[in-house]
Amino acid sequence: MLVGHLQRLNAARGARLATVTITELDTGTTRLFHEGEPHDPSVAQSIESALRTGKSGIVEIGGQAAFVNVYLPPPRIVVIGAVHISQALAIMADIAGFDLSIIDPRSAFATQERFGQTKLVAEWPEDALRHTPLDAYTALVAVTHDPKIDDFPLAQALEAGCFYVGALGSRKTHARRVERLMKLGVDENRIAHIHAPIGLDIRASNPAEIAVAILADIILTLRTRDVTAGRGTKE
Amino acid sequence: MLDQPLYPDPLTVAGEWHADGRGVAIATVIETWGSAPRPVGSHLVIDSEGNFHGSVSGGCVEGAVIVEAAEVITSGTARILEFGVADATAWRVGLSCGGRIRIYVERLG
Repeated sequence: MLVGHLQRLNAARGARLATVTITELDTGTTRLFHEGEPHDPSVAQSIESALRTGKSGIVEIGGQAAFVNVYLPPPRIVVIGAVHISQALAIMADIAGFDLSIIDPRSAFATQERFGQTKLVAEWPEDALRHTPLDAYTALVAVTHDPKIDDFPLAQALEAGCFYVGALGSRKTHARRVERLMKLGVDENRIAHIHAPIGLDIRASNPAEIAVAILADIILTLRTRDVTAGRGTKE
Repeated sequence: MLDQPLYPDPLTVAGEWHADGRGVAIATVIETWGSAPRPVGSHLVIDSEGNFHGSVSGGCVEGAVIVEAAEVITSGTARILEFGVADATAWRVGLSCGGRIRIYVERLG
């Protein structure tokens, strides 16, 4: 692989741009293609198939064996609340290969001093989600405990078909949340998709352990979701 | 947080090594049969000193790949390696899981 190709590939991965490399196994020549560009007709089908399925493998191009490697952007986690749990979750999600960002309008919480290199947006979710909308490849984790901050993004996440929607709080807290969301006009069947209490039940007893429970729950939901339903959620 | 990431991304490391003037090889899983520990497309990157990041198996064949990578960095000629339980050197570098993998090793640059 040429250094120029590696630089372009790394830049594209950083910018969440799906990329495919095709390497002729006889000559070692590598070509690089980005999603959304017009492609050379001899390889267009291999590129489209790789982008659609996310599967890498060997194909035949012009009678020669070539290796197609596809690099899709990692799923996103959007956390509402720059709290103690989020500090641990940000580090773990980075290790697990997720692209995590945190939204919290309380500027005392959302400080770079507390969160290092994690992407922080110190705005109300109403504003933050306007420039970066949620989608089916995003997990929404609401952990502020504050309905004024959590409720809007939860409703948005259900609307957008986020593959995971979770909210912190006891069963009692969640029952009140369900009532509020129904008053906002959110469909009851959709509300049932919220993971609450959030996280797998591993008897987590401190912020870092709760972060493990949340991340495990997100991974389980991601790997078992029904991709044919087109809506990201499992049920 | 930290100057160096706790969990470095192999292709990013490869770029940094090259920028440092080190010889670099990239090994990629191109085909698997049976129960293979890492999926097709996985990368292991190696520098001319034998430092490495990433993986192409569960640690079973990395040692052998690193040895081959040193030769690829010197010669510049890419090669394809194959590992499996049926391999003649299986007692040393085979895959205990019973799978078979093919790995493409190329020089960066």
